[in-house]
Amino acid sequence: MRAVFAFARREIALAWNSGGPVLGVGFFTAMTVMFPLSLGSSPAALAPVAPGVAWVGLILSSLLSLDRMFERDMESGALDFLALGRTPLELVGLVKCLAHWLTCGVPLSLAAPIASIALGGAPSSAIMLIVCGLVGSLAFALVGGTGAALAISSRRGGVLVALVVLPLLTPPVIFGGAAIERVVGGAPWGAALALLCAYAAAALAGSPFAIAAACRNSLS
Amino acid sequence: MIDLAHTAGRYGAYVWPAYGASAVGLVALIVDTLTRARGWRREVDRLRAELTLIESDNAD
Amino acid sequence: MLTRLANPLRFMAFSRWAGPLFSAAAAVLIAAGLWFGFSAPPDYQQGETVRIMFVHVPAAWVALTAYAALGGASFVSLVFRHALADIAARAVAPIGAIFTLMALVTGSFWGRPMWGAWWVWGDARLVSMLVLFLLFVGYLALRASIEDETKAARAAEILAIVGLINLPVIKFSVEWWNTLHQGESLLRKGGPLVASVYLTPLFLMGGGYMAIFAALWLARTRAEVWRRRALTLRDRGAA
Repeated sequence: MRAVFAFARREIALAWNSGGPVLGVGFFTAMTVMFPLSLGSSPAALAPVAPGVAWVGLILSSLLSLDRMFERDMESGALDFLALGRTPLELVGLVKCLAHWLTCGVPLSLAAPIASIALGGAPSSAIMLIVCGLVGSLAFALVGGTGAALAISSRRGGVLVALVVLPLLTPPVIFGGAAIERVVGGAPWGAALALLCAYAAAALAGSPFAIAAACRNSLS
Repeated sequence: MIDLAHTAGRYGAYVWPAYGASAVGLVALIVDTLTRARGWRREVDRLRAELTLIESDNAD
Repeated sequence: MLTRLANPLRFMAFSRWAGPLFSAAAAVLIAAGLWFGFSAPPDYQQGETVRIMFVHVPAAWVALTAYAALGGASFVSLVFRHALADIAARAVAPIGAIFTLMALVTGSFWGRPMWGAWWVWGDARLVSMLVLFLLFVGYLALRASIEDETKAARAAEILAIVGLINLPVIKFSVEWWNTLHQGESLLRKGGPLVASVYLTPLFLMGGGYMAIFAALWLARTRAEVWRRRALTLRDRGAA
């Protein structure tokens, strides 16, 4: 068990030091700026879409450093050791996804409400954005990690992972978006949030197995 | 029974492109699949012939 | 029966007659479907455009069946290590992608007169079809981007299985999200909402599309078997 914690600390440190939150939040900010530049600065145009834009930005920014999740270890040969080690590969995959979530998803979840309010969104969306961001980015990290593991042997990286992963992420995107939209509109948001949490739980349960299978495939 | 004159009704103009697109898709799939099948089969036959030639050369 | 077909030689022998048989059945069914489809009276609401349903809905059915087939073949390949299953999976993917595209295009033509727009995000079925198309594209892209064919096959298998598991969730989420469509109008508890005069051509075309899908899949799998044989022979010749 101590080995797992040591591994987890290593993963978090690696993810944090190789850009981690700065990269994710930086991209998120740049993306947020694009919207008024493209849509015009009138609050009437921006305010209604502000929470949704923040949600989309969070989704796309969490996909950013996914391809490096396994490639670094693949290139250095560390993945071979991890596969042969005493820790099950499923747990390794889970830890990597959690590390990505901690260094990328969590900071983004805190940045999202700021972006929403900056774009003129209703303040009522702020808390829901954080909650959906935290739960949703966990799901994104897990499913994204699956995509990253599958794409290890390809030389295409980032865009391929995003293409493979985005259609699979349709449910959490819809559930989170609905929760945010409904809280702004004053409608009941409980079901949407519950569905998002259920999805994240299912991803938590299932993704490690797919990730491990994909890693073993790349190492074979 | 088929009243082709009346299929050019108010929205009839949408029916033909839809059927046309479907036909294009199906034909494209059929042609591509058959071309592939025949092409690779010919390739297999060609390679087999080559291989038997080489092997018979080696046997001599 | 499927385990008997797993033997490539038996499969080739089977598909040799099964393929043309399905093609013939498809031709008959589609011809009958077109006849009934165009002789049916126009819908009192939709006018002539109701006939687009006869090419849109069957295409959507085939698209979903193709993805299920992709997931199923991938599962068999991954778990039972049948080479033919992987070959079948590789063969069905482009077919499914094209049928999904056909469903999208015909759906667009159907929607324009009905809802006044070429694309309506409020239609759960169309949006699900679009996501399905992206799933096919992702599969094809992943498979194409990995050079090692064995690794590519295995990675794509995992993706197909993950996708198949996700598909009901995706469909549910899109339908939950919004819908302008008629809903599951054919299989509602209170009986089909589609007028029975349209059901005949619909099911005929549905059957015809399924038959042509079967024929195409068999033919493409055959092509893929030959392709692998050719590649093996090439390696042997080079050695």
